[in-house]
Amino acid sequence: MASGMQEKQYTPSLLSFFVYNPSFGSREGEEEKKILFYHPSEVEKNEKIRNVGLCEAIVQFTRTFCPTKPAKSLHTQKNRQFFFEAEDSFWIVMVVRNPMVEKPNKDGRPPTIEYQEEEILVRLNLLHLLFLFNGTFGRAMEAGGVELLMQKLDKFFYRYLQTLHLQSCDLLDVFGGIAFFPLDKMTYLKIQSFVNRVEESLSLIKYTAFLYNDQLIWSGLEQDDMRILYKYLTTSLFPRHSEPELAGRDSPLRPEVAGNLLHYGRFLTGPANLKDPEAKFRFPRIFVNTEDSYEELHLIVYKAMSAAVCFMISASVELTREFCEQLDGLVGPQLTLLASDICEQYNVNRRISGPDKEPQFKFIYFNHMNLAEKSTIHMRKTASVSLTSVHPDLMKILGDINCDFARVDEDEEIIVKAMTDYWVVGKKSDQRELYVILNQKNANLIEVNEEVKRLCATQFNNIFFLD
Amino acid sequence: MSEEHYLELCENPVQFENASSVNNVFFDEANKQVFAVRSGGATGVVVKGPDDKNSVAFRMDDKGEVKCIKFSIGNKILAVQRTPKSVDFISFIPDYPHLECSQECKMKNASILGFCWTNWNEIVFVTDQGIEFYQVLPDKRSLKLLKSQSVNVNWYMYCPETAVILLSTTAQGNVLQPFAFKSGTMSKMPKFEIELPVVPKPAKPNLTERDIAVATIYGQLYVMYLKHHSRTTDSPCAEVVLYQLPREGSYKKTNVLKLNTTGKFALNVVDNLVVVHHQSSQTSIIFDIKLREPDCALNVHQPVLPGRSIHPYRIPLTGLAAVPTQPPVPCELCILYETFSPACLTCAVCSPFASGYLWYLQVKLPPTVNLLQDKGKLMDFLLRRRDCKMVILSVCAQMLNGGDKGGLPVVATVFDKLNQVYKEYLEAEQTYTVATESGPSRGSAARERPVRTQAVIDQSDMYTHVLSSFSEKKDTSHKFIIAVLMEYIRSLNQVQITVQHYLYELVIKMLVQHNLFYMLHQFLQYHVLSDSKPLACLLLSLESTYPPAHQLSLDMLKRLSTANDEIVEVLLSRQQVLGALRFIRSVGGHGNISARKFLDAARQTADQMLFYTIFRFFEQRNMRLRGNPSFIPGEHCEEHVVYFKQVFGEQALMKQVTV
Repeated sequence: MASGMQEKQYTPSLLSFFVYNPSFGSREGEEEKKILFYHPSEVEKNEKIRNVGLCEAIVQFTRTFCPTKPAKSLHTQKNRQFFFEAEDSFWIVMVVRNPMVEKPNKDGRPPTIEYQEEEILVRLNLLHLLFLFNGTFGRAMEAGGVELLMQKLDKFFYRYLQTLHLQSCDLLDVFGGIAFFPLDKMTYLKIQSFVNRVEESLSLIKYTAFLYNDQLIWSGLEQDDMRILYKYLTTSLFPRHSEPELAGRDSPLRPEVAGNLLHYGRFLTGPANLKDPEAKFRFPRIFVNTEDSYEELHLIVYKAMSAAVCFMISASVELTREFCEQLDGLVGPQLTLLASDICEQYNVNRRISGPDKEPQFKFIYFNHMNLAEKSTIHMRKTASVSLTSVHPDLMKILGDINCDFARVDEDEEIIVKAMTDYWVVGKKSDQRELYVILNQKNANLIEVNEEVKRLCATQFNNIFFLD
Repeated sequence: MSEEHYLELCENPVQFENASSVNNVFFDEANKQVFAVRSGGATGVVVKGPDDKNSVAFRMDDKGEVKCIKFSIGNKILAVQRTPKSVDFISFIPDYPHLECSQECKMKNASILGFCWTNWNEIVFVTDQGIEFYQVLPDKRSLKLLKSQSVNVNWYMYCPETAVILLSTTAQGNVLQPFAFKSGTMSKMPKFEIELPVVPKPAKPNLTERDIAVATIYGQLYVMYLKHHSRTTDSPCAEVVLYQLPREGSYKKTNVLKLNTTGKFALNVVDNLVVVHHQSSQTSIIFDIKLREPDCALNVHQPVLPGRSIHPYRIPLTGLAAVPTQPPVPCELCILYETFSPACLTCAVCSPFASGYLWYLQVKLPPTVNLLQDKGKLMDFLLRRRDCKMVILSVCAQMLNGGDKGGLPVVATVFDKLNQVYKEYLEAEQTYTVATESGPSRGSAARERPVRTQAVIDQSDMYTHVLSSFSEKKDTSHKFIIAVLMEYIRSLNQVQITVQHYLYELVIKMLVQHNLFYMLHQFLQYHVLSDSKPLACLLLSLESTYPPAHQLSLDMLKRLSTANDEIVEVLLSRQQVLGALRFIRSVGGHGNISARKFLDAARQTADQMLFYTIFRFFEQRNMRLRGNPSFIPGEHCEEHVVYFKQVFGEQALMKQVTV
């Protein structure tokens, strides 16, 4: 039977995920206390203890080779374990089963399973969201002991593990970069001016971030915090709100009238409708600058058309209806105007740069210095799926090249000819990485090299790229 | 209160002897001269002008009572009217004899109302039957009639700046006929009618010269009509109606100034402002016809500022009576409401002395700052004044130093207004430069170089007087300082003015001082701080505190495309010898680079293979350039050649290919 001969592909999947602190149950018989969170929770207690113990042992053992850099992952034939010391003695471990191919055998014999050894890209950096919303382990312990910490972990990981889509992880998840919205200087300065004015008149606001089309334009937060917040906004909050929009339900494009100005502003966090007398003025709380000043903040996300602004206010202040109304009245009309300005500028620039020709190549660019990422491979990014326009095999090659780059500090260039006549080029220059996928069937190495040079000269002529 | 007087009298008034039975006093608008004629000139004529240049004293024969006396422009010829029919002339041309002649008016039965000089030798007689335009020929002791026009005249008025004479015609006197004079030509301008509030029956002269004034405001000729309240309409207050008389085309009723009171008024025009003095309240108000009132209909103006009296003036005692310790005597001003002269002069009489004074009226700008709360309006007002620069800069400084609440929106408005004027000047300058460069063949007449008025506040003014000291203020939050600097940069960009480097430096200094490197990074990413070599160097110097500055700096140098040498230096200093070489090769500059510099850097890395590679590269280059792989003495590479031989052996040196 033809169908019986079909191979079955298995994508990588999550086997277990746990958080432990070895110092909590150092005595014999109290090992269970070490475990702060374990997924899947229905696993038997002794097995949990055994798995945690194993990880502990591996970490301890490898530490003898390099005390400053503890082991990050353990690769076995069947699976991979990732270790991450989130905070002093707090370990987070993820166990992933390798992708595999099941080849059916004739005569009813059990199928042969081939595990695939390619790199699995994980988005461990997503874990930082944990800190964004919960602060550090230490602080939680101070506030309410182990119980509170475990509660928080339960609550967070319950949601988090659902959004962990290992099969669709790719290079962009590894970078955890920020897409910046291309903008001319004048419009950018207008946005600056807007942010400064709002911060001046609503002095409660400590930090502001400005995004357009899910791309960052301005961040008052430090880079590390912004990276996490950006991830949260683009993979969780915005998709959640855009899906009803796309479905045409609950159309938010109903202009509000503030004074005599029409505006399209609305809150993405907090009250859905300011006029609702029952509206609650509660906003998600986030933790930033956990390294030094450790601030807890309310996160207000306000959006008008494609422009979204995050206002962050110290959590010690209670936010009232009056404040929200004031903010709505002040920001709504200005942001609406600004959003249409940006849109217009963007269209002008697009027209200048010529019609959208489908280029011969696709690329991913990442700069470690400012976390800027740019991809012509990804069409749209949502919480659940990242739509890419290239074959997953090519994406895997990109992942492999990235892992090679990570091992050396020198600048280098890797050119790969893929099975499907594609050429994949990885280039690393100082803090920048560029991955190009070329679709030129009969090109040779020299031609590909020339082509990439040309690409750098046209697309990246305003930055310093060594070749 | 005293700091609220926004009008003052000039320092040095023209002092003259009071009119008396033996002393006649005349005032000439055109030259701003006061004539004191004693005993018909026999015992002396003293002429005093606003400065000593215009002051003359002389005697002339007493040929009867003087009715009017005026010098031509430049004090060349003196005209004296003693009878209703004729005017006498005396030449005052230096090195010429004092020739005299006389001229009767041509029209029969006409009597001369007065005369006006339109040039150094051209004069207009205004009679009750028309006007006669003459050229005086002093050497021939005669006058030549250039032109005349007959029309019934009630009274006339003369605007010396534009050489326009206004004649009041018709029975009611409200039809005004202007004539313009220019080097020998006389042109009739369209006549116009002043709408009177009440039409008297039977018709009798109703519009008098006391209600009319002519003046140039913002380079345009205006006729101002002081319209007293009318019993018929429900507006009880007086107003001033302005009619614009353009050089070409017909007149327009353009502005209405609301006086909001009644009584006796006098008008002045000072620094393009219309000043209205009100007798009973002893206060003066000012109007700026370019200032738009948001809550008024178009071109209806309210006073810019609340009414205030003129700053009290103290007359210093001079002459024999003066005792050094005696304080100046405060004087009570009594503006002569009967004869007002719009051309920036007010006549006043000081009571305790038997002498008259004539002052220039001046607008004092500093008090207006506190009287006009709306900063945007204040800027509009100040930018149009003559001596405004320091006042504007002080307003900016005060605004930023937290004196007023208004915050960034106000700051933005003020910056935008300043930069608009700045931009207009730069553009005019630009067009001028282009016009002069393109040569005189193209442009018909040589363009005039645009005048840089005080209202042009450029970046260096702002930097020196406002921003640099503001950015050093300890009690102001850095957030506000940065916001203000960015607002200024935004405003400059908005009108496409290139931002000067020192402003960027100020922003960077603030950001670095407060460790706001990520902010700086973002500004650079969006090219808000424009690329320049100094900026790139500044960034390089920040590398130790903020590592990404290195990348930002290299990118900037790359974009400048004139800084390839600098890029090589930066890369070599980071021991990226190969990178530097590849870069210089990619931009095609490897033919004439210093081999020694690269070899030095390669030696320092202690990487022998690298040294080998670099050495070989230059051997090949030498080969290509000179057909010989060896270095020439001028390159000072001997030391490296020795080292190369030492490490890799003599035989590793490239051999010259011998044909």
